[in-house]
Amino acid sequence: MRCSSLLSALAVLGLAECSVAFAQAPGYGNLGRAPSREEIQAWNQSIGPQGKELPPGSGTAKQAEEIFAAKCAACHGPNGEGSQAAPRLIGGRGALNTPTPSRTLANYWPFATTVWDYINRAMPPKQEGSLSASDVYALTAFILYRNEIIPEGQVLDAASLPKVKMPNRDGFIPDRLEDIHSLRARGCNAGHCP
Amino acid sequence: MSSKRSPRRQFLKNGAALASFAAGAISSSSGKLFAADVPSADLHAYGQRSRFENDVRIGSLALWPIVPGARRDYGFRSPLQDSMGIITPASLHFIISHGHEPPDIDSRDHQLMIHGMVDRPLIFTLDEIKRLPSVSRLHFLECHGNSAAAGITGEPRKLTSATVQDTHGLTSCSVWTGVPLTLLLGQVGVQKGASWIVAEGSETGRHTKSIPLEKAMDDCLLAYGQNGEALRPEQGYPLRLLVPGWQGINNVKWLRRIYVVDQPYMAMMESTKYPSPRLDGKSRWFESEMGPKSVITRPSGGQQLGSRGFYEITGLAWSGGGAVRRVEVSVDGGRTWKDAQLQQPIVPKAHTRFGLSWTWNGEEAMLQSRCTDDQGHVQPTLAELSKYWGVDADYFRLPPTTADMGNFNSIQPWKVSRDGSVSNALL
Repeated sequence: MRCSSLLSALAVLGLAECSVAFAQAPGYGNLGRAPSREEIQAWNQSIGPQGKELPPGSGTAKQAEEIFAAKCAACHGPNGEGSQAAPRLIGGRGALNTPTPSRTLANYWPFATTVWDYINRAMPPKQEGSLSASDVYALTAFILYRNEIIPEGQVLDAASLPKVKMPNRDGFIPDRLEDIHSLRARGCNAGHCP
Repeated sequence: MSSKRSPRRQFLKNGAALASFAAGAISSSSGKLFAADVPSADLHAYGQRSRFENDVRIGSLALWPIVPGARRDYGFRSPLQDSMGIITPASLHFIISHGHEPPDIDSRDHQLMIHGMVDRPLIFTLDEIKRLPSVSRLHFLECHGNSAAAGITGEPRKLTSATVQDTHGLTSCSVWTGVPLTLLLGQVGVQKGASWIVAEGSETGRHTKSIPLEKAMDDCLLAYGQNGEALRPEQGYPLRLLVPGWQGINNVKWLRRIYVVDQPYMAMMESTKYPSPRLDGKSRWFESEMGPKSVITRPSGGQQLGSRGFYEITGLAWSGGGAVRRVEVSVDGGRTWKDAQLQQPIVPKAHTRFGLSWTWNGEEAMLQSRCTDDQGHVQPTLAELSKYWGVDADYFRLPPTTADMGNFNSIQPWKVSRDGSVSNALL
């Protein structure tokens, strides 16, 4: 199949697809260069709820004790209780159905993959990227274990982490991820959703 | 070069450099001399405002005590009380970066990668992006917490002394120049089944936001220009995403990566900080669109009317749903309303300036405005908003960390007292 100039124009507008058959991108020639697989891997830090981008490595709560003490406790407190400098990571579970809901990690965060993603991309401040993948698995396990979400001995890795169900996973509207994108279908109106 | 050079010599040198520019003789030596020699405070090189104008953003930077040197910003609000027309100068545009300082990026080194569910993952330099057909669009950008009873505006919001900068300063409006995101998505070829993009910034912490592909294909912009010049560092230099009409959090600054995927990626901010809890314990998330809102900027909180007589009541109105169709103004606390005049241009998802002639008779007055957008959506009163959210008005008087709802677009009343002082009268 050849892509006519009309189709190319439509593709540029996102109205039609000119697919893989074309070595060159439609419309604007050779602008941009193709990244290597390694470049994509190096740039892509995003971990979705299915965890399909999670790298190899593994860790347990026990393995994180020293890392937590060395790299996290200064801001988050020796027991993850939080401080003026950084939020609470462990404990603080209270009610959500009040005007003063308890929005802690254990009580509120819907996905364990987010814990991994955020530690990996943002922690510790000024030393982002210094933790190995196994360190991040271990720290995630440490936080989840200390919050009584997983058992002490559980090994977290690319296969097990996405299966961890966070206590507040069902606490969001809409519940199904497929339903989030359409404000209209959700009954949102004038900046407010039900 | 010595900084002790006399102003006169410096002026002469600058003059010579300017002359060589004018003659088109931009040799590398004279260009270099020019760039290195002109102090940034020179009005002829890069303009400064009059020393008699002193509006600034207000906000706070706190030292992060445990990480040496790290600073946390708690948001910087724009001085709406003295805003003119609809454009916010880039130097006064509100800032929220969730505590992350602007990265020091050389635009020549900056690259944007688009990958994921695409036929041709590509890395673009900024120069390549600038080679593409550009557009300039007027759009407001507003923090979802703007004017809310929680967060940055939460504390002052409860005070009668609050100014419009305190309560509503987390909105700004600019002419943004860049390339429609659809154009680059067309270049990479979005695959069937893709339904979201994940946008990522270059700052420490690499803020990440999931945005539905439908919106990305609709009107999102990869912006490198703001009000006729390059983006300011605190606004995402050299490249940011613009997601018109949607919560500010979507407009990822220092944009380095767009990942095309098939579901929202539940990054930290969107899944844990930005959902709004309901009283039944469930939380609304991805509310996205900012509703119709307006606020009177003059007279507004903290200002002082002088003598009785003529005043123009003026303010700003905007809606994430489209163009402002109508703004009504009441001077009697909402008992009666008059249509305000809307100033041109009236642009969808942009600030619109309104005005109404008013003669102050020296009596107490309650000034407020109400916006209706071209979708027919009307800005609610606090009572209407409370009903919609299933809370009572006391809810909004709770300590600011608790009543944590964004997209707060209640009508804002300002009370004019007999002595001419103007104060916040919402709560």
